[in-house]
Amino acid sequence: MTFEKDLLGIKNLSVDQINEILKNAKIMKTLLQQNNKKGPHLQGKSVITLFYENSTRTRLSFELASKYLSANAANVAVASSSVQKGESLIDTARTIDMMGTDVLIIRHSSAGAPHLVAQNVDASVINAGDGMNEHPTQALLDAFTMVEKKGKLEGLKVAIVGDILHSRVARSNIYLLNKFGAEVVVAGPSTLMPYEIEKLGVKAYTDVEKALKNADVVMGLRIQLERQKTGLFPSIDEYSEIFGVNDERLKLAKEDAIIMHPGPVNRGVEISSSLYDHERSFIDEQVQNGVAVRMAVLYLLTRKEK
Amino acid sequence: MKILIKNAAVINYDKEEKCDIYIVDGKIVKMREGLKEEADKVIDASGKMVLPGLIDIHCHLRDPGYEYKEDIKTGSRSAAKGGFTGIVAMPNTKPVVDNKSVVEYILNKAEKESVVHVYQAGTISKGLEGKELSEMGRMKEAGIVAVTDDGKPVMDSGLMKKAMIYADMLKIPVISHAEDLTLLEGGAMNEGFTATCLGIKGITRAAEETMTSRDIILAKTTGTPVHITHVSTKNAVEMIRTAKKQGVKVTADSCPHYFSLTDKACEGFNTNAKMNPPLREEEDRLAIIEGLRDGTLDMIGTDHAPHHRDEKNCEFDKALNGIVGFETAFALAYQILVEENGFHIKDLVKLMSYQPSNLLGIEGGKLAEGKKADIILIDCSKDWICDPDSFVSKSKNSPFSGWNFHVKVTDVIVNGKIVIENEMFA
Repeated sequence: MTFEKDLLGIKNLSVDQINEILKNAKIMKTLLQQNNKKGPHLQGKSVITLFYENSTRTRLSFELASKYLSANAANVAVASSSVQKGESLIDTARTIDMMGTDVLIIRHSSAGAPHLVAQNVDASVINAGDGMNEHPTQALLDAFTMVEKKGKLEGLKVAIVGDILHSRVARSNIYLLNKFGAEVVVAGPSTLMPYEIEKLGVKAYTDVEKALKNADVVMGLRIQLERQKTGLFPSIDEYSEIFGVNDERLKLAKEDAIIMHPGPVNRGVEISSSLYDHERSFIDEQVQNGVAVRMAVLYLLTRKEK
Repeated sequence: MKILIKNAAVINYDKEEKCDIYIVDGKIVKMREGLKEEADKVIDASGKMVLPGLIDIHCHLRDPGYEYKEDIKTGSRSAAKGGFTGIVAMPNTKPVVDNKSVVEYILNKAEKESVVHVYQAGTISKGLEGKELSEMGRMKEAGIVAVTDDGKPVMDSGLMKKAMIYADMLKIPVISHAEDLTLLEGGAMNEGFTATCLGIKGITRAAEETMTSRDIILAKTTGTPVHITHVSTKNAVEMIRTAKKQGVKVTADSCPHYFSLTDKACEGFNTNAKMNPPLREEEDRLAIIEGLRDGTLDMIGTDHAPHHRDEKNCEFDKALNGIVGFETAFALAYQILVEENGFHIKDLVKLMSYQPSNLLGIEGGKLAEGKKADIILIDCSKDWICDPDSFVSKSKNSPFSGWNFHVKVTDVIVNGKIVIENEMFA
């Protein structure tokens, strides 16, 4: 199984490539759970994270994933870097590239920024989230979690609820789940729904309860509180009352439905606090799987016979 | 200087004829068959079409202030290369063209450095701020041919109404960049499925259409004319069509990119397909073509908008709007409208020369005895591949790189002076 130089999105990954990543992630997860969390896979490689947007779990999990596999990992703190002096994205990336970087992991508020970087550097580029476009490693870790809990993706009904419009997580999940024959439904207020989203092969609802019916997986998405100010919905309270997922609404899903969320969670807004802590909630485990999946991705992009 | 063009297949907007053209001191003196007048220069136009020079109602020469993108000299040469002998420069320069002195600066510089006729548009509002009327009257004395806040809309409807009434008194057209900024919502391309797939915020068609309808209503209410520029949506075309039927004094133009491309050109985050208004979808593209066919859209403007490489080689959201247009406009119009949609070449002359000259009240638009000698020769069986690096414009931001074209402007005469001969600048 071969991979391209970069991992820019789920859109251009094949089913075989995704399976290969998931297979390797499983092995990495065992490594992660050992007392001595160290593998040699990335020895002598340098992995740099360049995040133009805030992040806790994605950035840290990439950094730890690199370290667990013996890579030299470093982070560019954008807020105190030359970006603040007006250095362009391309120039910043080229500078990092010249320091012996093998993998450059980038998050940026502009869709397509990682693609632009990829065209301008020799290092492998991993998209850690670009605007409203894609967040491929999130979709991979979500798939990994679903397979772990449900056995396979095919035939699953996955309900994604929340701010679909601004969500790169939703898009990457839709692309991935569609490739594996899962049924995806999305739900949220009409003002937070992308234009012609159904053309992506999903069913879109503004009635959360309809969307949740018989779901195997309930995935909440974070509502960015500042969206309310731009008039996309009237208030947080109204949002959580009409669109929030709570214990009552969870009953509409299958009895063994699992609860997921890419984090960070606004407890009591998109999902109730009790659902976060529910016995069928795997939000914490998603975080651990995120490290395993990122270890797999780093390994597969840097191994010689790619 | 006396020039004799032999064996010309002359194409005017209303008729075609085979004749020779005799030019003396910048004027067409005789147009008939079998001329044997003595000339300093004889051009054999066999196998070529001879057209009145094209006139562009909408371009950005970036001079003064942004000469790193384009200046009057390079912009005018780029225009000539594309067959334009007259061009109207938009006023969003630095400083903006909102007073007489800037107009004078530009027209003086053009007099010295331009190879084509440069006409200037002044702003509607002082500083392009949309608050107070600029000194249109004094600018008209200095030579402006139109007023517009192009690049920005006039958001204040009251100001727009007054601008239309005042400009009507001065007998200069008001060119409206129709866009409701409150509907922009941070968008960077057309709101459509392509934007959804790319994860780029969309710009609703309503941003253009609400302003188009406002300006039509103002024109109707006040009885004054308005010209809507760079029309890009189907619904805007329909509104203009209806308004014209009601006798509203509205005219309009669209640009080659709106009838040759759709928002799919943005795929791969192609910043050379980023413009304002944004490229729309296929049904809009087809509606633009039909609008040009039935006269709803009176003319074609290029919206030639040069930008430096660094302003395009960046994140899509950050990239500036616009593309260079002079050097591909005629080839695109010929290919899309004539070859693919059955327009007659006479229609192109009407859309790209006659109508703009009419609206602006400037010379040109027709080849006839006594008229100014602004003439272009077209080779209709000349295959070429578009390579922006070979553009004479300073900027190379074109989405048409690699396109195959079949017509080329080979000779350009401005004011009876040969500017381009056999594709080479004189």
